[in-house]
Amino acid sequence: MGDLRAYAALGTAQLRSATSYRTSFLVELFGNMGATVFDVVTVLVLFRATPAVGGFSLREAVLIVGLSSAGFALADLTIGNVDRLKSYVRAGTLDAVLVRPLPALPQLLLMDLPVRKALRVVFGFVVLGLAVAANDIDWTPGRVLLMALTPIAAAAFFGSIFVISASLAFWWVDSGELGSAFTYGGRDFTSYPISVYGGWFRGLFAYALGFGFVAYQPALALLGRPDPLGLPAWSGYLSPLVALGAAALAAVVWRTGIRHYRSTGS
Amino acid sequence: MDQRDASVPTISRISPFRASATTFGALIGSGFRRYATYRQATIAGTFTNIVFGFLRCYVLLAVAEEAVGQRPAGYDAGQLALYVWVGQGLLSVIGIWGWTELADRIRSGDIAADLLRPIAPVTGFLAADLGRALHAMMTRFGPPLLAGAVFFPLHTPARWQTVPLFAVSVILAVIICFGCRYVVNATAYWLQDARGPITLWTLGSGVLGGLYFPLRLFPQEVAVALWVATPLPSLLQTPLDVIAERDGPALQAGLVALQAVWAVVVLALAGLVQRRAERRLVVQGG
Repeated sequence: MGDLRAYAALGTAQLRSATSYRTSFLVELFGNMGATVFDVVTVLVLFRATPAVGGFSLREAVLIVGLSSAGFALADLTIGNVDRLKSYVRAGTLDAVLVRPLPALPQLLLMDLPVRKALRVVFGFVVLGLAVAANDIDWTPGRVLLMALTPIAAAAFFGSIFVISASLAFWWVDSGELGSAFTYGGRDFTSYPISVYGGWFRGLFAYALGFGFVAYQPALALLGRPDPLGLPAWSGYLSPLVALGAAALAAVVWRTGIRHYRSTGS
Repeated sequence: MDQRDASVPTISRISPFRASATTFGALIGSGFRRYATYRQATIAGTFTNIVFGFLRCYVLLAVAEEAVGQRPAGYDAGQLALYVWVGQGLLSVIGIWGWTELADRIRSGDIAADLLRPIAPVTGFLAADLGRALHAMMTRFGPPLLAGAVFFPLHTPARWQTVPLFAVSVILAVIICFGCRYVVNATAYWLQDARGPITLWTLGSGVLGGLYFPLRLFPQEVAVALWVATPLPSLLQTPLDVIAERDGPALQAGLVALQAVWAVVVLALAGLVQRRAERRLVVQGG
């Protein structure tokens, strides 16, 4: 109970500080939603030039981008700010977090909770809803369950990527934008049918790193389409398992990193 | 500390032009050296540029493959690939994102020290930014282009004037981008906290500058309106169209001329905003 109260205090303090410059906060709130809007607009603009991308029609592509955006926005809101870890490690302020009697990761997340990203989540789920309505999905109990689980699994997967790439700062403080290649890069990768990517690049991101199971494979399972790349029909249902695996790996990396951490000293 | 820092010459009364040129040059040098110290971040940033290059290039090539006549918005596959990879290289040269120095200094009150210097803030920050751009051009422009050339067939410029025009276009783009960022940051003089305008800038400059997709994919009227009414397409779209030879020689040169107009307008605007701000400025702090 005491823990929960402490977390709530951290969260509300963050909310108060974010809203203290009200104009800037409102602009940021809508500006951040705009970022997700533009991701979707990009897909629409590309389809102006062509009837199909990678063998997928606009409706199908919107389902993929909807799953990806909803999951990413959710992860970015709750876990995304862990990527500020490198500035804490550099400045030594992580020490203050570690001496408190609460686990470090939830504290870090609540200390920086980006309230300004809230509308992104709303928009991501609106796109997903429209995409589901636009596609003629043959609903079975399995598909209903998959539909409910996929955005959560996607968020868990992206969240794990955020934690793993932020943990890099424990070993390499000057890693700069490197993590973005996998967090924001992963979002861009999952926004399109993976059949557009070339051989080894697709192999690396989709199967070795697991991004193929965030939106593409579940979308195929929902649409009842065979995979043009040859994976069996049930592979879409693997996405929650892939997300669990990623979360377990992220936990191990985070713990190892925290143990590895040596303060900058004075 | 570097000894040269202490010997930056000030403007003298005897030869004012030469002295201010020396000062400007010294500030460019200091901007260059400042970014040259972040070597590891440079490597990490280059890696990220290359990953995004792959992502964008594959998507645009997939669009080209199934588009009518395989030329979406008038680019062939080689031109699209060149567009993406040169764009990834230019991203950090132009420096669209992440510059909040002026806004931070206004908020903290450090701007007071800048106002005491014998050089106007717009000029001083511009010189430092040119130094930053020079460093980025030498370190971060080449690798993405090389990666692109290894993995994709790139369009090779055929006209003699393309490369010189591209060089001019990049310099103008750096100046325009600096001016825009200056104005956006300067809103902190009025708002104290420029996060909102900076968010809008980050958002608009990427999409309407041509980073995510060529603006020619928009309906033609929209693309022309953006070019004429906003400086944003002059940031990336123009240099990229110049190097990819998307248009005939006349339009190619015309776009660069339009950039020159925007460079003058945006710098003048930055100067105007700065002067207005100085009249009402109350420095924060005790």
